[in-house]
Amino acid sequence: MAKTQITAEPGIPQVIIAREFDAPRELVFRAHTDPELLVQWLGPRDCTMTIDYYNARDGGTWRYVSKDSQGNEYGFRGVYHGNPTPDATARTFEFEGMPGHVGLETLTMQERDGRTLVRAVSSFQSLEDRDGMVASGMERGVHDSHERLAELLTTLWAG
Amino acid sequence: MAADQLSLVFGALADPTRRAILLRLSRGDATVAELAAPFDVSQPAISRHLRVLENAGLISRTRRATARLSHLQAGPLREVTTWLARYQRFWDESHERLDDLLAALQGDTKIDPGRASAAQGEE
Repeated sequence: MAKTQITAEPGIPQVIIAREFDAPRELVFRAHTDPELLVQWLGPRDCTMTIDYYNARDGGTWRYVSKDSQGNEYGFRGVYHGNPTPDATARTFEFEGMPGHVGLETLTMQERDGRTLVRAVSSFQSLEDRDGMVASGMERGVHDSHERLAELLTTLWAG
Repeated sequence: MAADQLSLVFGALADPTRRAILLRLSRGDATVAELAAPFDVSQPAISRHLRVLENAGLISRTRRATARLSHLQAGPLREVTTWLARYQRFWDESHERLDDLLAALQGDTKIDPGRASAAQGEE
């Protein structure tokens, strides 16, 4: 089973997410750009996703709000630069809890043998932006034992 | 945790030997000799790793007779793994849901036959 790989290199204000899907890339691309499909998968199961607007075209704006089980709302928004294609999608993103800290996200999709590898690179203006946005935008209580922490470490930095 | 402290912790965790040392310390305090045993590196090299971990606040060190014991400090580790765990969980769950959606869109009824046949009935 494919597993989402997240790389957050120390000292570099980027997060790279890579994941392979068992579907042709045209379909994977549609699932990322069609708001009716996007709303069906984006976000954890215990959060409610509302897509305010989502215009996946050159200059098009997008905004969605994720609401967790405690009722906290997290809004994200941005603008597409160029018409998105499976080869290259570029857009800005901003967590509304940290206005002005705008980042850039690029998305590429490669198909091989009917499977599609999606790679998303999020570039932040600073390490503080990266750490701050991820920490505050996805707040939830996680309390792990010592052993769980160490296991997590080996999993997250595997390879 | 302040962002520069978070970066210090990230830097300390970037090295596989240091992560292995933390994993060992999660099972209990250990001497430099005990920590060096599983690795093909010298004790001075392990000591250098321990200084980096201590500087990041990930371990503390005390003396027991003549040996120096290293002790895991879970606080900063918990903060940084919580940070990553949240992010990982957000995307793990999203992508698992996307797997299901892509399967349904391709007419794969293995995932959820009830939902798929119900959807066909509505069309």
